Amino acid sequence: MIINLTDTGTAAVQQAMSKARRNVGGASGLVFTLVVVTELSEYDRALAACLEAGREHPSRILLVTNGRARTDRLDATVRAGEDAPGEIVSLKFHGALQQHRDSVVLPLLLPDLPVIVWWPGRSPKAPGQDPVGRLGTRRITDAMGDPDPLGALEVRARNYCEGDTDLTWTRLTRWRGLLAAALDAYPMDVTRASVSAAPENAAGTLLAAWLSDRLDIPVTLDRQQPGIGITGVSLSSGDDTITVVRTDGNLAKFSAPGLPQRLVALPRRDLNTLLAEELRRLSDDPVYAEAMSALVRRLDRAAERTQGSRA
Amino acid sequence: MAGPSALVLFGVTGDLARKKLLPAVYDLANRGLLPPGFGLVGFARRDWAAEHFAELVAESVKQHARTEFRDDVWKQLLEGIRFVPGDLDDNEAFERLKTTLTDLDESQGTGGNHAFYLSVPPAAFDIAVAQLRRHGLANRPKGSWRRVVIEKPFGHDLASARELEKKLGRAFEPSSIFRIDHYLGKETVQNLLAFRFANTMFEPIWNRTYIDHVQITMAEDIGIEGRAGYYDGIGATRDVIQNHLVQLLALTAMEEPTSFGADYLSSEKRKVLSAARTPADLDAHTVRGQYGAGWAGGREVPGYLEEQGIPPDSRTDTFGAIRVDIDNRRWAGVPFYLRTGKRLPRRVTEVALNLRKAPHLPFNGTDVRALGSNALVLRIQPDEGITLRFGAKVPATPMELRDVNMDFGYDSSFVESSPEAYERLLLDVLLGSEPLFPQPEEVELSWKLLDPVLERWANREAAPDHYVSGTWGPQSAADMLARDGFSWRRP
Repeated sequence: MIINLTDTGTAAVQQAMSKARRNVGGASGLVFTLVVVTELSEYDRALAACLEAGREHPSRILLVTNGRARTDRLDATVRAGEDAPGEIVSLKFHGALQQHRDSVVLPLLLPDLPVIVWWPGRSPKAPGQDPVGRLGTRRITDAMGDPDPLGALEVRARNYCEGDTDLTWTRLTRWRGLLAAALDAYPMDVTRASVSAAPENAAGTLLAAWLSDRLDIPVTLDRQQPGIGITGVSLSSGDDTITVVRTDGNLAKFSAPGLPQRLVALPRRDLNTLLAEELRRLSDDPVYAEAMSALVRRLDRAAERTQGSRA
Repeated sequence: MAGPSALVLFGVTGDLARKKLLPAVYDLANRGLLPPGFGLVGFARRDWAAEHFAELVAESVKQHARTEFRDDVWKQLLEGIRFVPGDLDDNEAFERLKTTLTDLDESQGTGGNHAFYLSVPPAAFDIAVAQLRRHGLANRPKGSWRRVVIEKPFGHDLASARELEKKLGRAFEPSSIFRIDHYLGKETVQNLLAFRFANTMFEPIWNRTYIDHVQITMAEDIGIEGRAGYYDGIGATRDVIQNHLVQLLALTAMEEPTSFGADYLSSEKRKVLSAARTPADLDAHTVRGQYGAGWAGGREVPGYLEEQGIPPDSRTDTFGAIRVDIDNRRWAGVPFYLRTGKRLPRRVTEVALNLRKAPHLPFNGTDVRALGSNALVLRIQPDEGITLRFGAKVPATPMELRDVNMDFGYDSSFVESSPEAYERLLLDVLLGSEPLFPQPEEVELSWKLLDPVLERWANREAAPDHYVSGTWGPQSAADMLARDGFSWRRP
């Protein structure tokens, strides 16, 4: 059931939601409210990801976009029982109302359940200080959705607030799992480590920061590799080396001391899968926080070196 | 079905009459619960003919009635509709009213049974009751009844409430006075009794061993909506906490009544209200707030002091939050938090019982970070129903836990739409059934509970705490709970 409302308020949206719910026979068992703040141009991509995430986590999804009408008004579309088990409400803000989006989002949050705010594209500088972001217990950004991914990751790291995560981190889940498992299987005292990645790839930067934080050694980062995403990692101790090389963004070659080279499926995952995975965890992520603060230290040291070489 | 009777509505042009009372009368007729010769008499300061009044009734019924408009039902009702123009201090008007009622008794067979519904400002109660007495309208002939119905506020403190009782008592017998608290007419509030006393699974946890604290909230998303004259000087605490929330508290916390007869029910409510008290340190455990300008629900709205008809230095509370403790074996040490406010994010009333945390959690610390405590939430309005919150394992994780809700919704489990509170209460007045009406002792106990708070606030130098319209109240309300180690639910 789809209900369209033009020039409306939250009381009318709530009524429409109750009506839609009654018609489709109850949407109880929702687990959280997902607020998606997006631009009109990304709307379809974000909606598709929400529908997918809604299948794994039935939820109330509030899609927040700015419209182009010249009046100060709110338009809303309520969907229930259409494509996903939960409820999807699109909220389009026009005019001065764009400065007060939180006043509309707050009344529409599900009682007491966690609130997750997701920016699939550009995100505010400090999501934890953003009026809509403040309503969330968890805030999800995506540096790769920004025109300048590396810059965006740095801004995320410098403005980290409890409950923030970036999908860059979720993209690393399998890499981190593989590397940790490799060191468990072939324990060694790593003295040298390097990460290589395609230009503009934020995940490689974060992986290098995480490795240097966990292994407590400097990690070199080569960001000039042809290929897609992260292209390789090597961990060495003396003559022993563990390497993972992935040039096609899909299948990686894994080698460890005294073993033949093997293939590991390490596909880049689409946005829907990343979001669904991220939503499994609703508490803050301390390991991410540590990796981000390691990244800040790394960037600060790099900046000092550049300044030093200039002086 | 009610017996032969006539209902006289004072203040019939008011909002309550048009939106609730008149439609409720029609709905009762449509459900076949009014007798054939039912009389409906409007009394107001308007120079109207009876036909004009009937049109107004028809209009408000068509607009606001819950059930469909049917001509045959309307014709039956129309036969007994009368209108008496006049002021409350106009003796001739009351004589005309008397004649009209005598005429109804004869032509419609209403049998001398008259209910007077005073839908007028509290200041007009006195004169209305005095006039009814003076013109012999309150005296019942043998074998018939006379009843009076009054709306909140029942006074503005203990002394004025007692004064009101005394005045009503001069004209009417105690069992003929019906105080309406429309919350008690709500299906969900009555279901609270069914929920507690018809089931076995909740009673064992309904005590201090399992319950950590209770939050009773009634939030409105609107402001004072042009009712400055009524609201200013009264405020949220007198308007809502004194009646609705204290009644909800009593029904939630009381012991099992011997039966649901008015006496038994009231004696349990009185018992628990006598054991209720506000904390000694009122500054730390109560909050009064007043809304400021802001954006609420997508609209720009003025602050309370900028509302039309409000003095710029008004200290009226539009938000009230109060801690209440109940000194008995069941509830000792379990705080009950009552809060109400205008211009909050959404319209909602609920009673939330928060359970204690499990004494030991055999889980990894990071796995239970997103896990709260169990809760049982009785949703009074809207989306009437009950929610049970507990922890569950998130699929595809090793043992990550998260809160989930199990839901009972009235409108999905019972397809028939629930009668409006006023339908039930008007019918009960005509039937003379008292259990759903607060007894005078309950009203007094409620004032005894709140008087110290209101007095403390009145003597305070500082203005009420400011909150931005469209938010969940002032920061001090959050601090008040944080001091006790809790936080408010987002209802």
